[in-house]
Amino acid sequence: MSEPLVPIIERDDSGPYLVGTRCRACEHVFVGPREACARCTERESLESLRLADSGRVYVWTVVHRSFPGVATPFIDAIVDLDDGSHLKGTLADIDPDAVTFDLPVRVEFREEIPAGETLPYLTYVFVPSKETGDE
Amino acid sequence: MSDVYIVGTDMIRFGRLPERTVPSLAAESALLALDDAGLGIRDVEALYCGNLGQAGGMVAQRILAEIGQTGIPATNVANACATGATAFHNAWMSVKAGAYDTVLAVGVEQMGKGLLGGGRSGPSPEGLIGSNTMPAMFAQIGVEHMRKHGTTVEQFAKVSVKNHHHATLNPKSMYRRETPLEEVLGAEMIAWPNTKLMCSVNVDGSAAAVLMSESKVRSLGLMDRAVRIRASEMSSTPFAERQLAMPDFSAATRVAAERAYERAGVGPEDLDLVELHDCFATAELVHYENLGLCADGEAGKLIDSGDTALGGRIPVNVSGGLLSKGHPLGATGIANIYEISTHLRGEAGDRQVAGARLGLTHVVGGGPGMGTSCAIHILERV
Repeated sequence: MSEPLVPIIERDDSGPYLVGTRCRACEHVFVGPREACARCTERESLESLRLADSGRVYVWTVVHRSFPGVATPFIDAIVDLDDGSHLKGTLADIDPDAVTFDLPVRVEFREEIPAGETLPYLTYVFVPSKETGDE
Repeated sequence: MSDVYIVGTDMIRFGRLPERTVPSLAAESALLALDDAGLGIRDVEALYCGNLGQAGGMVAQRILAEIGQTGIPATNVANACATGATAFHNAWMSVKAGAYDTVLAVGVEQMGKGLLGGGRSGPSPEGLIGSNTMPAMFAQIGVEHMRKHGTTVEQFAKVSVKNHHHATLNPKSMYRRETPLEEVLGAEMIAWPNTKLMCSVNVDGSAAAVLMSESKVRSLGLMDRAVRIRASEMSSTPFAERQLAMPDFSAATRVAAERAYERAGVGPEDLDLVELHDCFATAELVHYENLGLCADGEAGKLIDSGDTALGGRIPVNVSGGLLSKGHPLGATGIANIYEISTHLRGEAGDRQVAGARLGLTHVVGGGPGMGTSCAIHILERV
């Protein structure tokens, strides 16, 4: 099985998920593991959690020029996940002109080959959620 | 506690100078600044050098190897795009603390063409997990302003029209060409809504300043052209809700601005001109509000009004800014101090802001997942 592209991707028997940290003192949810709370500075209040797998687009940009070897255009979105955390990622499977503020999206895991590499890595993308008929 | 003054400052014309070395670029502006003050390297008690590309390369010591190895303490500073201003801030602190009377601050950068960002090892997530390019990051900051306040792409583009116009009046600018609104909007799209003409120019350059204690300025009789440093303030990213996903340059700027206005005992309404960090057209409008040049949500109206153009109420980036003068990372924070000082001395030629008495410089640095730094200086005509 492919290696995760970034360390926030973890796996268990149910499949891949994104790992986060919640501060019990101030309730802030961070993407990834951490030892102290950047918001309230508490050090003994942090607990690991699985990040939500859905959220809404806060802002985005359409990247037309990137580093050499990277396919463009693509949509870079900042998504507010339903647990209150904020995650950067690529928004796939949608026409850039159709993106709107607060567009509902879900997190999907895919195998992709990064620019300049030959082997695939496990990564995540945002895709539009189907508002109805998702089940 | 007595004030610290700038008694000499200069910069080289920004451009593409691949045949030069980093120390030689820096040495040139260092000597120009010393000449401007009527001093020599033997008068200098300490050197602070800002450079990012060769941060491990002892650039300060190599400058002294070019202009005179007098054995003074030499400190190398790196702080992303706030590097030059951070070197200047350290020089200011050393004089303010009474450790030295005469200190040289130099900022220098030699850059290739192409996009900034990235810099991590291992397989690149670029494209698969958004983008780590600077244009994408600052595009989203503009889109956030659209989201909150309804700012339009045309309003962002007007920043480029204005700053490119200003640059036609500045002989030290990389580009000196008018760019009408249609040309700015029609240029190659880099990261929506920023087109190529809404992105700062990667150039080579250097800038330098000689800082001096009040007693020394008086004893040498240099007060006539001296510029008083009313505030030299820095900040790092205070906690901001989305900063780990998208660096929050606004939060850091607001902290530093509040400290700077308090230290100087002035408000934004007292300023005659501003050089702020227009690394992208989207950034300039956001910083109008962060620096208090207008109320939150009013930046689009402010650019529409023409008040931030030369001749307006509060001219911003009369030098041409990073968008047209160019952005050699380590030099930028001292080049904008040179620009304000030149206006306060009444020596800015065709682009002179009439009667300028008080000016502000602002730079920010940072990147995705790194946090930000901000440095603000308030300078006053003596």
